[in-house]
Amino acid sequence: MANIDERNVLKNIFNYFLLILLAVVILVPFFIGIWTSFLPTADILKGNYFSTNISLTNYIDAFTNTPILRYLGNTIVVATITMFAHLLFCSMSAYAFVFLDFKYKKFFFALFMITMMLPSEAAIIPNFQTVKALGLLDHYSAMIVPSLTSAFGTFMLRQSFMQTPKELKEAADIEGLNHFQIFWKVVLPYNRISLITLGAYSFLGAWNSYLWPILVTFSNNSRVIQNGLKQLQSEETFNNWGMIQASAAIIVIPTILVLFIGQHYFKSGLNEGAVK
Amino acid sequence: MLKTSATDVIPEKKVEAKQKSKFKLTANDKYYASIFAGPSLFLLGLFVFYPMFRTLYISLFLTNTFGNTTLFVGLENYVKLISSPDFVSSMWVTLVYVVGVTFFTIAMGLLLANLASQKLPGIAIFRTLYSVTMGVSVSVAAIFWLFIFNPSAGFFTLLTKMLNLPTINWLANPTNAMWAIIITTVWMHLGFVFLVFLGAIESVPTTLYEAADVEGVSKHYQFFHITLPMISPTLFFISTITIIGSFKSFGLIDLITKGGPTNATNMLVYRIYNDAFFGGNYAKSSAEAIILTVIIAFFTYLQFKFLEKKVNY
Repeated sequence: MANIDERNVLKNIFNYFLLILLAVVILVPFFIGIWTSFLPTADILKGNYFSTNISLTNYIDAFTNTPILRYLGNTIVVATITMFAHLLFCSMSAYAFVFLDFKYKKFFFALFMITMMLPSEAAIIPNFQTVKALGLLDHYSAMIVPSLTSAFGTFMLRQSFMQTPKELKEAADIEGLNHFQIFWKVVLPYNRISLITLGAYSFLGAWNSYLWPILVTFSNNSRVIQNGLKQLQSEETFNNWGMIQASAAIIVIPTILVLFIGQHYFKSGLNEGAVK
Repeated sequence: MLKTSATDVIPEKKVEAKQKSKFKLTANDKYYASIFAGPSLFLLGLFVFYPMFRTLYISLFLTNTFGNTTLFVGLENYVKLISSPDFVSSMWVTLVYVVGVTFFTIAMGLLLANLASQKLPGIAIFRTLYSVTMGVSVSVAAIFWLFIFNPSAGFFTLLTKMLNLPTINWLANPTNAMWAIIITTVWMHLGFVFLVFLGAIESVPTTLYEAADVEGVSKHYQFFHITLPMISPTLFFISTITIIGSFKSFGLIDLITKGGPTNATNMLVYRIYNDAFFGGNYAKSSAEAIILTVIIAFFTYLQFKFLEKKVNY
């Protein structure tokens, strides 16, 4: 028996060693990025990572000398509007596909499915011309209007709406509600979890989009954060690594915190096994 | 309550048809449908279908610097592309990147998920740490890794100096630059892939492992003969979305290598972007975009087919 215990202990030590080693490998880019964001650029360029000149200077510089707050504000506006637009238009079209009967329904649904197979990257030339013709270049709307709806979002909500229980339908029918009322008072509240999921997905999608915004924005008034970091990096601040790292940290820390808090709730089921 | 519903008198067949759509159908459905589905259809038509057809159309013509079509040339743009060593090398580079990213993302994701699925005290901490890159966007990933790859002050340079090894210039050498892009991409995707694999591994019935333990089967054998087959649907799902995502990769390339050195990382989407918006060659760019569309549509179609099969069984 003692032999087996000993072997288990050795195996666990090896497991923990591997777990920690991989955690370090994954976290090293974070540690270095965030640590150097507190160091003077002169020390960073000399490779003096163990400098003790820790300060918040880089952060103050980033906030006062660069338009990073403007970039963040632009991104939040664009991502929030995109999110609400997706929630509205996707849930409306999903409602039509689940609860309404109309001619060529199958054909229209097939169109939505085909849309999911087409990469938006391949459509940039005509879309650029459209947005230009509409006079939207370098405005928020250039980023918002082309992605007001999403075929994926419609598909996802359709799958969810199909699970709405029949009892609710009967109740709505008895009350004599019309489709707008059923949509607003019955279907949307019942499917709120799916709506929250789509909302998070859409917000993150807009937050992370890179190619389209870089094509249609030219000034800091409308530039979003993903392109803004490139701008900072290519401008006069090129070698000011301390400040660039601070800018990256300013963007990544809030999302990581949200992720940790969110995970605590979402993954509580997943983590049960860990309590033993 | 008296319940003499209409279904009592309607013959069975009609009841079935009625139950198929769960809510009451009225003659007004057409009117409601245009209001509910109209906006999305219009938007998708304007910003997805029209541009796809327009791109296809442009790809069959020659264009001037404003992007207007001038002369119909049929498939000549495609023929030119396929016979140009530049484009062929670009496709090759894209393929190397896609295969590299997919392989390492899946291998690393499986390794992490398998380790973190063990029931050990404190494992929750590792699960959180491994999923941390989910919160990293493309520009942040690029900046963190650009610094690590930095030839004078970067972490890798420092490390090799400390170990007295020859320093590697990551971004100036074609092979190394490809590795740099692959490493950064894998790192960025790892958090999400890890969580999906972990969820799949956790849902494998534990009785299978218990039976294997009784038989004295090694953990290694269990992983390849129980875990992998049981999570194969997830494996397929992650493979296709990673392949699709890597074919469309743009941000990291633009931020880290700009397609260089000497086109070593000049991948398909970066080419589409450059040829149109810097080269002014809209016809060439459109032909490349159609090639991208065919590739993406193929892999998305595979995924749809597979999901459909899974639902049916």
